[in-house]
Amino acid sequence: MARNKEALLLLLDVSPSMHTFLPEVEKLCSMLLQKKLIYSKNDEVGIVLFGTEDTNNELTKEVGGYEHVVVLRHIKVVDGDLVEALQQLPRGTVAGDFLDAIVVGMDMLIKKFGSTNKGKKRLCLITSALCPIKDPYEGTKEDQIGTIAEQMSAHGMKLECIVARGRLSGNVDMRIMDENDLLLKLFSTKTTAKTLYVETPTSLLGALRTRSIAPVTIFRGDLELSPKMRIKVWVYKKTAEERFPTLKQYSDQAPPTDKFATHEVKVDFEYKSVEESSKVVPPEQRIKGYRYGPQVIPISSAEWEAVKFKPEKGVKLLGFTDASNVMRHYYMHDVNIFIAEPSNTKAMLAVSALARAMKEMNKVAILRCVWRQGQGSVVIGILTPNVSDKDDIPDSFYFNVLPYAEDVREFQFPSFSNLPASWQPNEEQQEAADNLVKMLDLAPSGSKETLLPDLTPNPVLERFYRHLELKSKHPDAAVPPLDESLKKITEPDPKLLSQNKPIIDAFRRRFELKENPKLKKSTRRLLRERPSGLNEEASMGDGSDGQAIKSIENTSTVGVEKIGDSTPIQDFEAMMSCRDSPEWVGKAINEMKNKIFDLVEDSYEGDNYLKALEYLVALRKGCVLEQEPKQFNDFLHHLYKYCEKHNLNSFCESLASKEIMLINKTEAADSEVTEDEARSLMVKKEPKLE
Amino acid sequence: MDLDPDDIFKDDEDDPDNDLEKASTKEFVVYLVDASPKMFSTTFQGEDQKDETPFHAAVSCISQSLKTQIINNSNDEVAICFFNTREKKNLQDLNGVFVFNVAEREYLDRPTARLIKEFDRIEELFMKEIGSQYGIMSGSRENSLYNALWAAQALLRKGSAKTADKRILLFTNEDDPFGSITGATKMDMTRTTLQRAKDTQDLGISIELLPLSCPDEEFNVSAFYADLIGLEGDDLALFMPSVGDKLTDMKNQLRKRMFKKRVVRRITFSIVKGLSIELNTYALIRPTVPGTITWLDSITNLPLKTERSFICADTGALVQPTKRFHPYKNKNVKFTTEELSEVKRISTGHLRLLGFKPLSCLKDYHNLRPSTFVFPTDKEVVGSTCIFIALHRSMLRLKRFAVAFYGGSAHPQLVALVAQDEIIAGGVQVEPPGMHMIYLPYSDDIRHIEELHSDITVPTPRATDDQIKKATALMRRIDLKDFSVCQFANPALQRHYAVLQALALEEDEMPEIKDETLPDEEGMARPGVVNALEEFKKSVYGENYNEEDEGHGKASDASKKRKAVAENAVKESAKYDWADLADNGRLKDLTTVELKYYLTAHNLAVGGKKEVLISRILTHMGK
Repeated sequence: MARNKEALLLLLDVSPSMHTFLPEVEKLCSMLLQKKLIYSKNDEVGIVLFGTEDTNNELTKEVGGYEHVVVLRHIKVVDGDLVEALQQLPRGTVAGDFLDAIVVGMDMLIKKFGSTNKGKKRLCLITSALCPIKDPYEGTKEDQIGTIAEQMSAHGMKLECIVARGRLSGNVDMRIMDENDLLLKLFSTKTTAKTLYVETPTSLLGALRTRSIAPVTIFRGDLELSPKMRIKVWVYKKTAEERFPTLKQYSDQAPPTDKFATHEVKVDFEYKSVEESSKVVPPEQRIKGYRYGPQVIPISSAEWEAVKFKPEKGVKLLGFTDASNVMRHYYMHDVNIFIAEPSNTKAMLAVSALARAMKEMNKVAILRCVWRQGQGSVVIGILTPNVSDKDDIPDSFYFNVLPYAEDVREFQFPSFSNLPASWQPNEEQQEAADNLVKMLDLAPSGSKETLLPDLTPNPVLERFYRHLELKSKHPDAAVPPLDESLKKITEPDPKLLSQNKPIIDAFRRRFELKENPKLKKSTRRLLRERPSGLNEEASMGDGSDGQAIKSIENTSTVGVEKIGDSTPIQDFEAMMSCRDSPEWVGKAINEMKNKIFDLVEDSYEGDNYLKALEYLVALRKGCVLEQEPKQFNDFLHHLYKYCEKHNLNSFCESLASKEIMLINKTEAADSEVTEDEARSLMVKKEPKLE
Repeated sequence: MDLDPDDIFKDDEDDPDNDLEKASTKEFVVYLVDASPKMFSTTFQGEDQKDETPFHAAVSCISQSLKTQIINNSNDEVAICFFNTREKKNLQDLNGVFVFNVAEREYLDRPTARLIKEFDRIEELFMKEIGSQYGIMSGSRENSLYNALWAAQALLRKGSAKTADKRILLFTNEDDPFGSITGATKMDMTRTTLQRAKDTQDLGISIELLPLSCPDEEFNVSAFYADLIGLEGDDLALFMPSVGDKLTDMKNQLRKRMFKKRVVRRITFSIVKGLSIELNTYALIRPTVPGTITWLDSITNLPLKTERSFICADTGALVQPTKRFHPYKNKNVKFTTEELSEVKRISTGHLRLLGFKPLSCLKDYHNLRPSTFVFPTDKEVVGSTCIFIALHRSMLRLKRFAVAFYGGSAHPQLVALVAQDEIIAGGVQVEPPGMHMIYLPYSDDIRHIEELHSDITVPTPRATDDQIKKATALMRRIDLKDFSVCQFANPALQRHYAVLQALALEEDEMPEIKDETLPDEEGMARPGVVNALEEFKKSVYGENYNEEDEGHGKASDASKKRKAVAENAVKESAKYDWADLADNGRLKDLTTVELKYYLTAHNLAVGGKKEVLISRILTHMGK
């Protein structure tokens, strides 16, 4: 554990040029620390701010200078206090000198660790790099960087710079910016350092690997071109899904006084014969069976071991082929990377030669891989070149598994040209589509690609860890809403949409969509996602349209039996005023509720809201008239909750604007809600809705 | 509500068993085999150029086919029926027709191991138990072919033609069954037989003919059977040449579990505000696993069911946990199942278009799982297909892919939608038109391995132009021109099926499966390839290169040290008279360092307390 312990110093620019990014910096850094708290509890972290009004660091006391650099937290083992400190960073007022900050940080690391912990000390600089760097007392800035870099190499420190710049506004001094970029680049040529530029808050959140995982090779050995020509390679995972943490089950059985209770739940499995359920079979008496036709054939693991397929460990080349022979969608798994054995120059040369030749000729290699001895299967996969454009990074290969004949299901689909003519887009429609594909551009030239996977954080994990932190303080904390910067991942960027509004409008005009009238509604609703607990209620409202129409026709004689789609408010009022049975009122209210709920639920971007509001007004009126305040109030609460859950804030807002509120005591005596409370439902919800 | 808390972590799409259960349409096949003496007398040239009787050819073909079928589509039902037999066994008690069956099985039923096993031995018992005899003779009114078709049709009465695909496969080497009779009787018999066949076909049963022609005498389809199976014009001319392939195909089918085309999920794809189309998703590529494991009681071989109970680790009481927790800051932070699914619900569950990027932005490492195929449907929203086709065309033409957010509850994820144009090769659709949904990683999922070993103190080796040229030459030599994805069968899976079959049929020998994935050694040994390899090797490794010596400079420091320690230990260990020390119980007087000399020298573990070390030494010495 302690061997992998890392010391990290965060150097955060809080100068005015960074203010727009600071909320994300806070989130990014606290996420980093949170994950450290969970996965690497022994890591040590310190925080240094620069661009602050005040100055507080040891160097300024010892040698002077280094103004506007504040040590917010000294290097210490990660704890809640550090997370806390990062949640509300002070906003600085003056320009920040990142070089000063680096020196201060370096000094702290050296004082604390000396030359120990080589390779496990990291400086992480987040800055806009827009403020001028002061000239050193002697020599040039470049010399100064040289000295710093030398020191960093000598003490085995790594530097990671994240330069956050939004769309540049006019008042940026290009000269300073370029100089700073040059200085930062200098670091990466002289020591272990890398610099990353981000443009949006979203990509800032993804710029730092928040969880450090020690990489493990899955294979070390020969890449066998032929029995006579081998290249020594190491294989790692390049992508591996970071999964949602597995949470243990909680037992509340232990008495609250028991301080040592683990609260864990053990899962116990018992195996019983299907026919004789009283008899328990011990696990070791079980045997695996595989289906063969209607029968199950038992095969013991020893038997299996003796006859199973046992390939020899090794990675062998089958040949090269044109890249176009392997389509992208055949990639089956997460990606592996083949690198030449470190410090084996010959192997690096061989890899480099192959990779560059493959890239030049647009070829890929097909390999047969058995990663470990004793592995029961082989994989056939594709090796593609990864030619490095950075001087200090050697060339390598990516590898992905390809399907076997058994893995491909040959389903037939109709050719588009054989589909009916009404399904073929006409010229104007095609043009509208062309424009949309061209203009809704996420990688415009001259600007950074947005939503680059390498810079896009996982919103679910972000949300989970944020909720975890909230819950650690308040056990009942509600699930926090998705951040604005994370919404850019799940929803189209409003800016991009508004820029291309004419094109989008044209597209929308050209194509017409309508619901299939032949389809029964009941089959349709099965497919919709539906919050649990509402199923019963909703299924009652499953009146098919046909029936509804019939009921309207019969209005004169029997009265309205159902709320149809054409004149729902009238139907509702008719049902409410039916005096022949008291059941009608309840039925009418229920049906109306379902109708409203369906509208809200099925609404897309608020297109049904107006209708829903209209119905809601009618329902409210009816409930007041019939003195059924509870029915209405409960429903409104329910609707609120639903909207909140599904981020349908705009609906709640429109409720407030239409002044649709709970039915209060003055309107209906049975109501438990006072007038003030009725109003406050909106008010209370408001801040949460933001 | 009984909600399994594990369910929310499951990805229903990855569950392979889902597909199997939904398989609704089946195939019912009756193998109709001519057993007349002619089938035993003449010779038939099999694929391995050995002479065999046509009967043997037919039987072995059926046997192979059954063995494949039981794995591929084990829900299909088969019946095996001989005609021109001495004995009779069939529902209608018709002469000259014998339905072969085994115990615990209806005539038309799923194939069982027992059926396959006993059918493998049919040739030994045939003459004795079933017997061969011409069924159509001049003078008698018997018509065994008519009877056979009638019996087969009766067998296929089961199930409706809508849900099942019904076929009769007819094996014979007699091209003119009524050749032995003449006159009005022949006319009459031909007519009734053809009428019988037509009635059968009208019931939705297809009749396929597998003629087994002799080397000296070509099977003449036009003599009789062309009318029976309805062959005309061009088809007739093409029929005979295709027969050979058909037989070989039946024998050499790959054992591969077949899946029925099934929509995994119907999703809404919202393109722009207020415009959402319907798509169906399909799993075209998924790793096949060797079938589900059913746990059995090893004593009774009866299937077992698993019961799960939750027990509180503190009190031992049975509990029904509703909450989960995560340790954080020395506390247990509790979550309810609802809260967790709420955390994961970050989108409406639809597929939302975010924008487009050029195809070059989709890197090789942007992949996590097998892709999913999407195809439009107008079932619910009319106009979906039109929009889809328009976008599909634009994306192909502009070489762009769409980036969208797929907000399912299990895996909310960014996806790339890559348009795929239809590819037809040899009249067969190789790639269907549509889009492939490729699951993109998040930054948390991508590891920066390239930087791991970067060292700025030494220059990074880069291949020279000459070395690249040599590599290019090599690549030209070892070029798999017509490589196609999935041309290989999975050797592990084929082995599994073969073993399963051997065990089920109680075969004595374990079959050998050819591993097609091994490199082509012959091809690699061609002089051109060897030379190119040699050139490349010389160019990057230099002359007289020994791989084992290279690259162990820094990396194996630790192993060098270990080696030195071991050598030292052997030296030190030799200074003691261990046997004597052990006999006199004086091992305990030595220090652990000294004890470890012995252990290291003899390659034993050196961990543990002193007593443990001593006992380990004693055990090793056998005392």
